[in-house]
Amino acid sequence: MPADEDVDRLFHALSDTTRRDILHRCIAGEPSVSRLAEVYPMSFAAVQKHVAVLERAGLVTKERRGREQLVRTDGAAVERARRALDELEAAWRGRVERMAVLIAEMPG
Amino acid sequence: MSIVSIDKDAENLRLVLVAEFAAPIERVWRLWSDPRQLERWWGPPSHPATVEEHDLSAGGTVTYFMTGPEGERTRGWWRVTAAEPPRALEFTDGFADAEGAPNGDLPATAVRVRLAERDGTTRMELRFTFESGEHMAMLERWGAFDVFPQSVAQMDAIVAGSA
Repeated sequence: MPADEDVDRLFHALSDTTRRDILHRCIAGEPSVSRLAEVYPMSFAAVQKHVAVLERAGLVTKERRGREQLVRTDGAAVERARRALDELEAAWRGRVERMAVLIAEMPG
Repeated sequence: MSIVSIDKDAENLRLVLVAEFAAPIERVWRLWSDPRQLERWWGPPSHPATVEEHDLSAGGTVTYFMTGPEGERTRGWWRVTAAEPPRALEFTDGFADAEGAPNGDLPATAVRVRLAERDGTTRMELRFTFESGEHMAMLERWGAFDVFPQSVAQMDAIVAGSA
């Protein structure tokens, strides 16, 4: 069970536009810290600080690969994003099927 | 064969669906423009839809409810942002409360419909994007919902313990 300070860290992490954007970019991809530093008009160190805040809140993890540091969201969040899209897909598969049936029944 | 392709982009929370119908474009457009036809495909068989308001011009509103097996009603709305019959339609699709007013707590989806006819076949491209504001709210919820109920339970325990 998370302590209150964990919750505070989480809300603090999500209270900043840049951090939300970083999180957004990490949902499917795994950008490196240097790649993120190219995206925002701020220094490498500043981006690193934002990533560290997200990391302390348990929203992302960093993994060293060669000379790069990759930033990942936790798997559960990505899983939820995929599930939301899967639900949307399932709903619209049904709708398109019913559209085709309707057209077959009433062609004119 | 109706669905030609489905592309899901989890990073941008976007989904593109392409379907083809062996029918002229005006026929496919009527699936959207005739509220009685819309009712027949919008809700699944278990939750048939009833369309109330239906104005597909730009700035117009569509309101509907779906009735579940227990008679429960789910309300929703579209806000039409662009319309060019019979080729294009864009709207935001959202949930409503019991009175039909937009419910800002649930994510709305931007939907872009494009129709094109070629050799008697109509291609329909649907592009869904979670609105950025809602998308952000969803992100926060993904993070926050996991811990928030627990922290409330924790507060309850603290309050109970100190009472």
